[in-house]
Amino acid sequence: MTTKGFLRPLTRRAMLSGTAGAATFIATSPLHSPAIAQNAPLKVGMMLPYTGTYAKLGQFIDDGFRLYVEQKGGKLGGRDIAFVQVDDESKPEAATDNMNRLVGREKADVVVGTVHSGVAMAMVKVARDTKTLLIIPNAGANDATGPACAPNIFRTSFSNWQSTYPMGKVMADAGIKNVVTITWRYTAGAEMIGAFAENFTKNGGKIVADLTVPFPEVEFQALITQIAQLKPDAVFSFFAGGGAVKFVKDYAAAGLNKTIPLYGAGFLTDGTIEAQGEAAKGIRTTLHYADNLDNPANLAFLKAFKAKTGKDGDIYAVQGYDGAALLDIGLTAVGGDFNARDKMIAAMGAAKIDSPRGSLSFNKAHNPIQNIYLREVRNGRNEMISIAQADVDDPARGCKMT
Amino acid sequence: MDLITLGVQLLNAVQYGAVLFLVASGLTLVFGILGVINLAHGAFYMLGAYLAYWITLMTGSFVVALLVGVLVAFVVGILLETVFVRLLYGRDHLAQVLLSFGLILVIDEVRQLLFGKDVHAVAPPAWLSGSIQLTDNLSYPLYRLAICVFCLIVALVIFFVIARTKIGMIVRAGSENREMARVLGIKFDRVNRYVFAAGIALAALGGILIAPISTVFPGMGDGMLILSFVVVVLGGIGSVAGAAVGALLIGLTDTFGKVFFPSVSSILIYVVMAAVLLWRPSGILGRQDA
Repeated sequence: MTTKGFLRPLTRRAMLSGTAGAATFIATSPLHSPAIAQNAPLKVGMMLPYTGTYAKLGQFIDDGFRLYVEQKGGKLGGRDIAFVQVDDESKPEAATDNMNRLVGREKADVVVGTVHSGVAMAMVKVARDTKTLLIIPNAGANDATGPACAPNIFRTSFSNWQSTYPMGKVMADAGIKNVVTITWRYTAGAEMIGAFAENFTKNGGKIVADLTVPFPEVEFQALITQIAQLKPDAVFSFFAGGGAVKFVKDYAAAGLNKTIPLYGAGFLTDGTIEAQGEAAKGIRTTLHYADNLDNPANLAFLKAFKAKTGKDGDIYAVQGYDGAALLDIGLTAVGGDFNARDKMIAAMGAAKIDSPRGSLSFNKAHNPIQNIYLREVRNGRNEMISIAQADVDDPARGCKMT
Repeated sequence: MDLITLGVQLLNAVQYGAVLFLVASGLTLVFGILGVINLAHGAFYMLGAYLAYWITLMTGSFVVALLVGVLVAFVVGILLETVFVRLLYGRDHLAQVLLSFGLILVIDEVRQLLFGKDVHAVAPPAWLSGSIQLTDNLSYPLYRLAICVFCLIVALVIFFVIARTKIGMIVRAGSENREMARVLGIKFDRVNRYVFAAGIALAALGGILIAPISTVFPGMGDGMLILSFVVVVLGGIGSVAGAAVGALLIGLTDTFGKVFFPSVSSILIYVVMAAVLLWRPSGILGRQDA
């Protein structure tokens, strides 16, 4: 249970009252002006899911980000950091209001968020309009570093395309011919499955059926029966959070894990593996992280995270941690002077981070270039089998930024 | 689709409908007999699931969780009726909506204090954790089968109580014509209390039963509340038999919608509801003169 002394995230109820004021502020000052004095703390707005199906993910991102800041003595690039938190509840319909509030009323200099792709895209829109510096620590919506890319928008996580594209070849190389895909019917689901299918069919595989359920529904039984009837060589799936726990358990309860191997995007078993228990055994996924990555940065990170939170760090915590590292590089380059934005953004774009996930750099669309690992669930952990594809770079289709 | 698969899908539909029936029957009892719209019904469903998680964790036994969880919900129901709900009888629906909405907020806050925000998994009893092999690739989880049987038993008990016992007779009299029954000397206070508590217990029972196959998470009651209202309206408000028919219909619609019309499956339930209400405006087994 969370017993930390952080400010409780604002609830939607509290937020509604503030929204009207925030909207007025935005309307009257279309150009957001950054903090005035250089020695005043830099205000970082954390807009993450603190409740709902993605609550645990949001908390880990938050913990990871703060861990890095704590390690630097509460300062990034010599500048004090102050936090303001907003619970986005994974609700796209409230995202614009929440983001406007952070930027307008709370005057956040930098916004960090979020998990849900739909919410993130609304945040991207506001960030573009207000030129607010936005660091996306999870949501993989291809568009964020595609058509909607902008100099002030960075991603320290992945693009949906990036995380599943390598799996297409891995599965084809393993001799798998027919695959059923299953996911939630929303942006992230379509993009994860799309990238996998793109590479899988290119390597001679065939998608037998494309099953979907509405987000965030967790009643999969009818589709699991259908999978059993279709008898594919394997299943490729994307679910995350509570839905992923449920799907993996249902899949095992129907006995399918013994006959039809389950593959997925890494989120299927990341942050969920403990609740899934035995049912997750043997599931293979691709992701830009694995629990047993044996590099000094990861070992140090896992130790520090455990010391701070009492929990085992995971990819979500790493993405938050790297978000703070990226901001640190930017602020260091300008000596903490947030007003020197162009220089700061250039430094962030050229950043090379020694991340717990391996070395991390950024492409022209500000999406990370990183290894994608093939992992298998063994001993209740996502253990790396091999590098599915090294230095995967999202094609950033539609990005006009030079 | 071969016959066996069709059979399994039918079973899926019945199992889904069975849990829906439990929750919706509680809602329809309270509404039909006490005339109270209880928006917090879904919150009690969630509370049941959390109780199942917590008690299973403490005692290691799901069966204990089932018994204790239902009992706790029943007692909470009695307390709530005594303190709050009886103020609502005869009041307009706005007052009921406000009070029960307040209950949702309180229950959610209590849930957060006690259990936090994490997603939890609950293990079914070991002797129900296997599955039955139907063909070489089709098998059916034993626990889901057990739910179907269990819900059937609960349904029969409810029908027996309402149709054959004295308390059932009073309940029926009260729902038919409360004033006349009162004139005939029936005291409703106690009956009201038990009916409300039973409604809450049924919601919690649904949550407890679903915990091992669903996960336990904040907000899980929201979707269930909406579905329960759909079931109640479909079947006819206040009719337990109607709730059974409505739940089965929704189970079938949802399951076969997902299989045959995946792209519209999420709205199919409402299409069916609209169609049924056009045909029978008071629900399938509702009194059509209403």
